[in-house]
Amino acid sequence: MDNPPTDSTDGARLHARAQAQHASVRIPETPDGVDPATMIWAESIPANGYATKVLARGSRVRLIDIEGGGCANLLLYRAEASWERLNVADTMKVPWQAYLGVGHPLLSDQGRVLATVVADSSGHHDMLCGPNATGRHLLLLGAIKHGMDIRDVAPSVSLFRGVRVDPVSGALEFTGSAGPGAAIDLLIHLPVVLVVANAAHPLDPDPPATALDVVAWQAGEQLADLTNQDPEYLRAVQNTEAAWAAGSGKRS
Amino acid sequence: MTNQSQIVSDEVVAARAPWSAVVRAGDLLQIIDLHGNQAVDCLLYDADDHTRRYSAQATVAAARNIFLGTGSVLCSADGTALMTVVADDVGNHDTIAGACSQESNTLRYGHHTAHQHACVENFLAEGARWGLGKRDIVSNINWFMNVPVEADGTLGIVDGLSAPGKSLTLRAEIDTLVLVSNCPQINNPCNGFDPTPVRMVISRT
Repeated sequence: MDNPPTDSTDGARLHARAQAQHASVRIPETPDGVDPATMIWAESIPANGYATKVLARGSRVRLIDIEGGGCANLLLYRAEASWERLNVADTMKVPWQAYLGVGHPLLSDQGRVLATVVADSSGHHDMLCGPNATGRHLLLLGAIKHGMDIRDVAPSVSLFRGVRVDPVSGALEFTGSAGPGAAIDLLIHLPVVLVVANAAHPLDPDPPATALDVVAWQAGEQLADLTNQDPEYLRAVQNTEAAWAAGSGKRS
Repeated sequence: MTNQSQIVSDEVVAARAPWSAVVRAGDLLQIIDLHGNQAVDCLLYDADDHTRRYSAQATVAAARNIFLGTGSVLCSADGTALMTVVADDVGNHDTIAGACSQESNTLRYGHHTAHQHACVENFLAEGARWGLGKRDIVSNINWFMNVPVEADGTLGIVDGLSAPGKSLTLRAEIDTLVLVSNCPQINNPCNGFDPTPVRMVISRT
């Protein structure tokens, strides 16, 4: 197309306003079985991009490695109380499990469940290595946008790129990706700020770098369907419900 | 310690107590497990910029190994080397299990533990002396703590590998604030169910 002249405010405005109609933005589709009226977020994050969102209790977030080259570096903070945040050490130690899978809670440092993994078709995740330099920078920017700073960029979770530990030596093996279309669902138990950076895993020898899709919808009724019956998880839910009741004045 | 070394400080940390000091670049910090199997929870900060702090994830990713031992470089998220393990009688020190807290104790052992002393309480109290707050507390090192990870990802704190008098020595690569909690946990084997004193010796050659 011919670009409008931008030597005047009228021309510059025409030029600016003409841009969106010639652009295409791919918006991830509403997942099968989800009522479109309950959708609260649908966004595609390009490689080396990031996004943030304040999410209500009862939100269900699906991250999708749509082309197989995404790596979601994730941080969670309790909304309006960001001093309470994802604690990766407790998230491994309390469930006696280093590897994420269905039923695994993402625990805060206050003994509460910020989110639970409620579906996972990838099985390739990592909580040991953290982000690469780009991912760390993007997570910092996301945190700053919510009034936080570098002190708040604590250890993070990496989704869609796996690492396994040698049981004898402790050495790490990078196990790569599950391929295009792998997805993981998080059920949010308390209002949170979610910061997600789509940046290569630090051990990835050949990062392919493709977009990461995020969709989320309201699914508060699922909070009652516990996917984990471990005593540690049940007590974490108990703590979470107590905090929600006290802070919100609501019993559910 | 060589005969030429000068002792900067030599302190015994009481059972369950915190400790901190700035270890100057080039100085050595020896941590001595006086009575054996005593977890020493430890955080490190650039003494001149506390936002540059020990990163368990950056340290593990760079070493491609979860265990610390002789030669391990303890680094910050931006890759700055804070300290290096230059001697170690024990091996397999933990990088992933973090500190005990009153809050996580309620999950791990039950709500009857909610008012027991815990490492996070020590970190917060000792950190406050240096202007550090809760946001500065991140995943820490657990010296002398044994946390195997099995093939299916099962992990847990099991009986330690240390013994009375065993020690490790760290060399500060830059001026480093060392924050320690002499772990008060009594609900798992990290302290042999009996927290005991440890000795911290800073020396200069």
